[in-house]
Amino acid sequence: MKVKEIAKLVDGEIVGAPVDETYEVKKAFASDLMSDVLRFHMDDTVLITGLCNNQTMRTSEMADLRVVLIGRDKQPDEDMLELAEDADITIIKSKYSIFKLSGILYAAGLEPLY
Amino acid sequence: MHYTFNIERGNFTDAGQASSSVKRTLKQLGVDPANIKRTVVALFEAEINAVAHAYGGTIDVDIDGEKIVMVVADQGPGIPNLDLAMQEGWSTASAKVREMGYGAGMGLPNIKKNSDELKIDTEVGVGTTVTMTVYLT
Repeated sequence: MKVKEIAKLVDGEIVGAPVDETYEVKKAFASDLMSDVLRFHMDDTVLITGLCNNQTMRTSEMADLRVVLIGRDKQPDEDMLELAEDADITIIKSKYSIFKLSGILYAAGLEPLY
Repeated sequence: MHYTFNIERGNFTDAGQASSSVKRTLKQLGVDPANIKRTVVALFEAEINAVAHAYGGTIDVDIDGEKIVMVVADQGPGIPNLDLAMQEGWSTASAKVREMGYGAGMGLPNIKKNSDELKIDTEVGVGTTVTMTVYLT
């Protein structure tokens, strides 16, 4: 699933690094716990989270994530957006809850990480 | 190649800068992505641990053609029971650390999982030195 398709499905707004139009997201992982994000292989995965701070971006960078979907209407600040751009991470921000985001993307065909 | 970084107590604004910098260097050197991933995850976990628990410290990274050696040395409270600290789920993290998304008690076990060699020297009331080695071949 393309990044812009995800953004459309969740009524989201794209910020951070520009979208890579060729990048195909295959899986999703929902967590507010960055410790868990670091435990798994995140290839072709979108992280769905309500944690909206610098460490969300730092962790995503270390985990090789390229797309982060931030729910619950959280607003990334300038520092966070700068980190996202530096690490080439596209952020989709949405007003929906994490449960709703997960349900929409699961129904649309994204696979769970495990 | 040798790189040194400073660790500042409780500074979660900049925490991860050292790991990010090492990641960029390894990419530029053309290191295999799987080795980059486990190197930076181990280093990042150790960096976050030091920011979260210690009073300050340093990170030293040595890279040669065969291996990456990372030493995270802090002045801090030390680890009273290392066996417990190595268990998944055991944590002494503060509320502030948990607000940042950490403190699940997965740090040291994840460092062990991602490095080929792990050595931890710790003394209560003095500090902790974590030495991690990742072999590239």
